[in-house]
Amino acid sequence: MSLTHAFFAILRRDLILALRRRSEIANPLLFFVLVITLFPLGIGARPQLLQAIAPGIIWVSALLAAMLSLDSLFRSDFDDGSLEQILLSSHPISVLILGKIVAHWLVTGLPLILIAPLLAVFLGMPQPAIGVLLLTLLLGTPVLSLIGAIGVALTVGLRRGGMILSLLVLPLYVPVLIFAGNAVEMAGNGLPVTAQINILIAILLLTLVLAPWPTAAALKMSMS
Amino acid sequence: MSLQEFFAMGGYAFYVWTSYGICFVVLLANIVLPIVQRRQFLRQLAHKQQRQNL
Amino acid sequence: MKFIPDPVGRFFHRMASPPHFYALTETLMPWLTAIFLIFLALGLYGGLYLAPPDYQQGDSYRIIYIHVPSAWMSLFIYVVMAMAGAIGLIWRIKLAEIVAISSASIGASFTFIALVTGSLWGKPMWGTWWVWDARLTSELILLFLYLGVIGLYNAIDDKRTASKAVAILALVGVVNIPIIHYSVEWWNTLHQGPTVTKMDKPSIHVSMLVPLLLMAIAFKFYYVIAMLQRARLELLQRERTASWVKKMLMEQQL
Repeated sequence: MSLTHAFFAILRRDLILALRRRSEIANPLLFFVLVITLFPLGIGARPQLLQAIAPGIIWVSALLAAMLSLDSLFRSDFDDGSLEQILLSSHPISVLILGKIVAHWLVTGLPLILIAPLLAVFLGMPQPAIGVLLLTLLLGTPVLSLIGAIGVALTVGLRRGGMILSLLVLPLYVPVLIFAGNAVEMAGNGLPVTAQINILIAILLLTLVLAPWPTAAALKMSMS
Repeated sequence: MSLQEFFAMGGYAFYVWTSYGICFVVLLANIVLPIVQRRQFLRQLAHKQQRQNL
Repeated sequence: MKFIPDPVGRFFHRMASPPHFYALTETLMPWLTAIFLIFLALGLYGGLYLAPPDYQQGDSYRIIYIHVPSAWMSLFIYVVMAMAGAIGLIWRIKLAEIVAISSASIGASFTFIALVTGSLWGKPMWGTWWVWDARLTSELILLFLYLGVIGLYNAIDDKRTASKAVAILALVGVVNIPIIHYSVEWWNTLHQGPTVTKMDKPSIHVSMLVPLLLMAIAFKFYYVIAMLQRARLELLQRERTASWVKKMLMEQQL
């Protein structure tokens, strides 16, 4: 089996498995929507205030939702031993792991992007900002999955790994939050956002190339 | 400069001396704690060894 | 290992053997402590007494003699930790693993000191205890990174596995720190605008700079001392069943 085949085989398998457990897809999504609904209730529904903090709220919620969904990335495969099989494969493990991460992003990251316009309207975000929001989510959420995978791989063998996962992962999410949140805010003010978008693309490419390596190493460590 | 003036730090005594105090305590703890813990640990090990030798 | 000449390789292996390390650090400790105390005394004397008050900040600027070296150390120790972790990961040298994890708590302490002193300096300068200044924010995130490393190490029971995990995390962190630092700086210039950032080096005069460098050297020596102390503890705990530990205990009892 060639490497491309193996990659897509893992991708397909993970997607099929995810579709059987729909609640795993729905939970982070519901969390995302719920948290954003709570903000107007907590701070008051003044349109101007909401509009001002909308980019930050949406992105912080996306960060938390992404983190919440991370546990399902390796958990079931770790428990039933199929992760061990993947690690024993003759193909480069980092590529196979990348397949799993892509599948995970398709079922947890992509739905966030699809629901985001609705939430943006809830918060009264101006039209041009919504487009930029979707673009930043499209570029940013894969980064969240890729970086998060390192954290899960390090903690998947632990009984209470969930507690420490947020401490490992959230500080590393800071650059994405800063550039993405700022791009949306600038777009809302009618300012150009090419710089931020370019940086987000650079971060995405960098993590796409680099993140699978430590993830694979950490998984090997967790299995030993 | 008198000693009193020195300790007054031009009116910033609280900020300056609190900073140096906290720094001192934290740094000292980082040296003292491992030494104390090591001594304790060695004592424990010695006890264990004595018991095994009896 | 091919690139390393044999005698050098032997030297490092001997150095890295636990009993040798334990004995060596014991003999080195008084010397290191003496050098540290000399630099500390000179730095404090120069910084607190000899250096004139700043024309803008008065005497409050004297906090930089611990704030700035602490901030430097917090970054420096993270890099050392990642490098030691990488060496432990690649060559499986036990001692490198121990150096890596022993550095973590000291690095976290320096980060904490940098944060607290920064806040104490900021109060008279800005009028509030906390300002989302670029350097303070970066330090705060660095503290979280350190806490993550320490938390991960404590969460894994098998200490050799834990060392590997910590090494991977530290390496990921070291790649990320410049990106985080840059992004925070960028964020700061956008949101704060040209407000007073007096945290930047005050127009620094030689009589102010020399004590700063002396303190920085003193802190470097402090780090070595504190790291070795923790490493000795960590080493004993891991090697509790080794024959050299038993022999040492026997000799002490006689």
